Amino acid sequence: MRKLFALLLVAAMIFTLVACSDEKKPEEGGLIKVGVINNPPSESGYREANVNDFIKVFTKENGYDAKFYYSIKNDEQLSTARQYITDGVDYLLISAAETTGWDAVLKDAKDAGVKVFLFDRMINCDKSLFEAAVVSNMANEGDTAVKWLLDQKLPEYNVIHIQGAMGSDAQIGRTGALDAQFAAGTMKKVVQQTATWDEAEAKKIVESVINSGEKFNVIYAENDGMAKGAVAALDEAGITHGVGKDVVVMGFDCNKWALRELLAGNWNYDGQCSPFQAQVISDMIKNLEAGKKIEGLNDAKQIISVEKGFDAATLTQADIDTYGLGE
Amino acid sequence: MKKAKTSKFFAKNAQLLIPLIAILLLVIFNLIRDPSFFSIGISANNRGDPVLQGNLVSILNGASELVILAMGMTLVTAAAGGQDISVGALAAIAGSVFVKILKGGAVTGPTVLLAFLACCVAAMLFGAFNGSLVAFFRIQPMIATLILFTCGRSIAYWINGGATPTVESPIINAIGSFIPGIPIPTPILIVIVMGILFGLVFRFTTLSLYVQTVGINQGAARLNGVNTVGIKLLAFIILGVCCAVAGTIGVSRLGLINHETLLINIEMDAILAVAIGGNNLGGGKFKMLGSVLGAYAIQMLTITLYAMKVPSTDVKAYKAVVIIILVVMGSPVVKNSMSRFWKKLKRNHPAGEKEVA
Amino acid sequence: MQDDVVLTMRGICKYFPGVKALENVDFTLRKGTIHALMGENGAGKSTLIKVLTGVYPMDGGEIRIDGVEDAIVIRSPQEAQGYGISTVYQEITLCPNLTVAENMFIGRSRKSRVDWKQMEKRSGELLQKLGIPARPKQQLGNCSLAVQQMVAIARAVDTDCKVLILDEPTSSLDDKEVEMLFTLMRQLKESGVGIIFVTHFLEQVYAVSDQITVLRNGQLVGEYEVRELPQVKLVEKMIGKDLEDLSSMKKKETVLDGEDFYEARGLASTESRPFDFHIAAGEVNGFTGLLGSGRSESVRAIFGADPVTGGTVKVNGKQVKISKPLDAMKQGIGYLPEDRKRDGIIADLSVRENIILALQVIQGMGHPISRAKAEAFADEYIKALAIKTASSDTPVGSLSGGNQQKVILARWLLTHPQYLILDEPTRGIDVGTKTEIQKLVLQLAEDGKSITFISSEIEEMLRTCSRLIVMRDRNIVGELKGDELSQERVMRTIAGGGE
Repeated sequence: MRKLFALLLVAAMIFTLVACSDEKKPEEGGLIKVGVINNPPSESGYREANVNDFIKVFTKENGYDAKFYYSIKNDEQLSTARQYITDGVDYLLISAAETTGWDAVLKDAKDAGVKVFLFDRMINCDKSLFEAAVVSNMANEGDTAVKWLLDQKLPEYNVIHIQGAMGSDAQIGRTGALDAQFAAGTMKKVVQQTATWDEAEAKKIVESVINSGEKFNVIYAENDGMAKGAVAALDEAGITHGVGKDVVVMGFDCNKWALRELLAGNWNYDGQCSPFQAQVISDMIKNLEAGKKIEGLNDAKQIISVEKGFDAATLTQADIDTYGLGE
Repeated sequence: MKKAKTSKFFAKNAQLLIPLIAILLLVIFNLIRDPSFFSIGISANNRGDPVLQGNLVSILNGASELVILAMGMTLVTAAAGGQDISVGALAAIAGSVFVKILKGGAVTGPTVLLAFLACCVAAMLFGAFNGSLVAFFRIQPMIATLILFTCGRSIAYWINGGATPTVESPIINAIGSFIPGIPIPTPILIVIVMGILFGLVFRFTTLSLYVQTVGINQGAARLNGVNTVGIKLLAFIILGVCCAVAGTIGVSRLGLINHETLLINIEMDAILAVAIGGNNLGGGKFKMLGSVLGAYAIQMLTITLYAMKVPSTDVKAYKAVVIIILVVMGSPVVKNSMSRFWKKLKRNHPAGEKEVA
Repeated sequence: MQDDVVLTMRGICKYFPGVKALENVDFTLRKGTIHALMGENGAGKSTLIKVLTGVYPMDGGEIRIDGVEDAIVIRSPQEAQGYGISTVYQEITLCPNLTVAENMFIGRSRKSRVDWKQMEKRSGELLQKLGIPARPKQQLGNCSLAVQQMVAIARAVDTDCKVLILDEPTSSLDDKEVEMLFTLMRQLKESGVGIIFVTHFLEQVYAVSDQITVLRNGQLVGEYEVRELPQVKLVEKMIGKDLEDLSSMKKKETVLDGEDFYEARGLASTESRPFDFHIAAGEVNGFTGLLGSGRSESVRAIFGADPVTGGTVKVNGKQVKISKPLDAMKQGIGYLPEDRKRDGIIADLSVRENIILALQVIQGMGHPISRAKAEAFADEYIKALAIKTASSDTPVGSLSGGNQQKVILARWLLTHPQYLILDEPTRGIDVGTKTEIQKLVLQLAEDGKSITFISSEIEEMLRTCSRLIVMRDRNIVGELKGDELSQERVMRTIAGGGE
């Protein structure tokens, strides 16, 4: 029985592998062949938006013959990259699961004349191995948010800081700027605790502060979900929040539902790490195809995405439609 | 005579000592640290209803999902001699089904009930899937449930498509937060209902006897006419219902389902609760009350750490230390030496014994 | 210490809370002898062995061993081993998935590197020397139980062994295997090892031992030379009363021609070949044959314990389907399994829960027996069968073997079965309890119940059964009743070729 079951599992795995590696389509003239390797959309709302962005931009109408592959496992990504090179793609677009282990594949790509773009995540390798990388500067996000907070000119800043999973890029970027303010004494740290992106945990943290009776007037949550958790705790305790109320609520990610909270005045600020990188890459590819050079790269061959931050006072429905994630 | 009875009571419930001592120590620790830690007050929430406030309420409220899952986990542990590590993922699936149905139309009393029943059915089916792997194919529970542990949250994602769909409704708020006019958080009430349900099931069926029989000696159970496959399957299906209830509470707290974080890592806490409750993780005899107390002890520890403002990076280390102490305290080696010490004490002070009587 | 004495224990005392397990017990073992340690269950045999092997600390007395000047204190089995005292237990404690050679040497060397070649060579020599029919490279699990037992002994004696303790080594062996084991024991005895032999089988004591020490209720009854102590006297010393009880027991001539309660044609399971069988109301019959002859498998098929593969079954003349134990239970059939530890008791549950289990299952999941009722049932049967337990709340696993057996018996009696199958109900239990169980069987038959009885002790079968079905190599080879029921006739039928 066990053996049979193991066999079934293996069969299922093989099936999914086969299913993922699209059947070959007949060569079509004039289309630029692109292989996109990304993390699976189920990873987060951010990733979902990112995946959809690439699907939206790299279409036949835009002159592309694109293949997509999603995995959170580096080795699966690597073998797919090799497959794409063998299939003869013109461009390889990669958001790697891990930063290491890519040298050999990227060299193969170079030898085969396949041009590589990185997006969202950098890879630890020689920068001659790729054309350009479109990435976010996480610290930028935090800076933008904290600058906005300082601009509010509150009489005092007593901040509850709810962090994401410790050590993740987003957590480090969003924590840094606020830590600097705590260190400088311009803001008071009431509590700084990780909820590891968990909404329910964020609620418990805020509850514990409320129960201790300490004063606070700012909630800085490192994503929308945790901000929502924090607000639930405020609601239960009868503490008002939002534009012109007792507590300033700040979140990140710009989910559509979160932006609607902003529009309703329940929250004050939402920052975003831009998941929209496809158009920038498409523009660069079109440039290369036209024989032009890529411009605007920094020393590390990076293009830094522009980060957005929305203020409840100035947010419009059009912004929600354009930049909001999800539904 | 009376003394004999009380000592018999203690002997039968000795396994509850560990979680009780843990809770007691945390209570004492918190009272020393901050005498007002357990103060409870009533204030109005943002809807204008009076509600209970305070750390004690937070602990009881926050532990609800864990307590419910620990109840189901106790049954599975006892019957199958192993643990279900997919409860968090299964709760996420159940929560997703709940939200999916509510997003299909207006949120009214009947639709909420329908959504809850649907998510129960879904969770029971997945529970039956786990259960049949364990009971019928005799795969070790941890391996069998590893499948759903791995892919469960992806399934939860597929159900709704979006990352974090939300539902807003006073009814949802009433389930996850407070029913207007009742100052006790609804999740606490749901835990009480679940406790009563389990109590009734144990009182009016032989489930408890059968589960223990199967867990202790499967071969003998079969020869005495007990349907061993059916009992294991049933344990997993009941755990499925627990997942559905926990998932519904989790979703209703914020009116949002995040398939990645809903009740994340709760399987480990649930297993830990069963262990702290003095239950044998290898199956057999069980005391559900032990697991429930264990769950509250874990939650109390978490809230204590928050109140102490332990740095984010250190939280897990602190938790680990306390858990090591608890688990070692409950280990057979320590238990045996404690009981030897106890007997020695009794022998040396027969006079003291008289006083107690 | 005398020259020929290898071990003396003097005035050994051991107390457990409320119990004097051993009081002033003396024991002397001489070189090159086999010394049987006898007594009913609870007499203190196991405790004495455990004191000697350092499992329990003793509360008084002294132990001296050949080659050591002073009295020794043994605090652990490892220390015992250090003094040359090795033990082989009833349950085989080796690893079935390792080879014979690995089993003989593993865990004995402090070196991290093992010289496999050397190990195989040495174990090969030892196996040959002791005449054990096994190859060093053979996987232990593939050997017969007897050979596994012998490998365990070889492992024990290889470590410069002065005293070898064999604790019920024969309980799962058949006669031929027992003989193999005895050959090995005699050989070891020749080489000067002193052997302490603990067993329930009286015949075996007489077959192989030189001396007998009898314990009763934790006290020494005496030490005897085997040839000076007839078997009947030994039993009397063990139970402390004379044997009128046993000899006065007479089998009732039960009705053989009455209505069949149960009848099977071509009944077969995954474990048993097709066979016909019937039993009348009020009849006591039995399956006999060597271990592994298929007698247990046949009764298991009747109860539906193994998946049934064919045949028709009639109960009270009506055709019924019995494919699982619950079906049989619903027809009023009860089954006391051969291996009570594995198939019978639910060790961690209380005596009460164990007693009501079968009745509860028959009643169904939605009709739990109330606590008060269960209490009453348990008390009734604890009293009726004289089950020695502190209370009905005591976990059944902490009871002695005989009392566990009585609990399982109580479990089935409580269901008021029409037909009770008892597979080895008297194995490993003391003489007193054995008699009680035999009496009970006859009593039940008198009340019109049908009983099928299996026992390794043919005498016991002859005393109780009015019809014996003899099996060999998984087939029924004969049926004996009336005058044919004699030990000699049974043996000849079992052996075959005698008809």
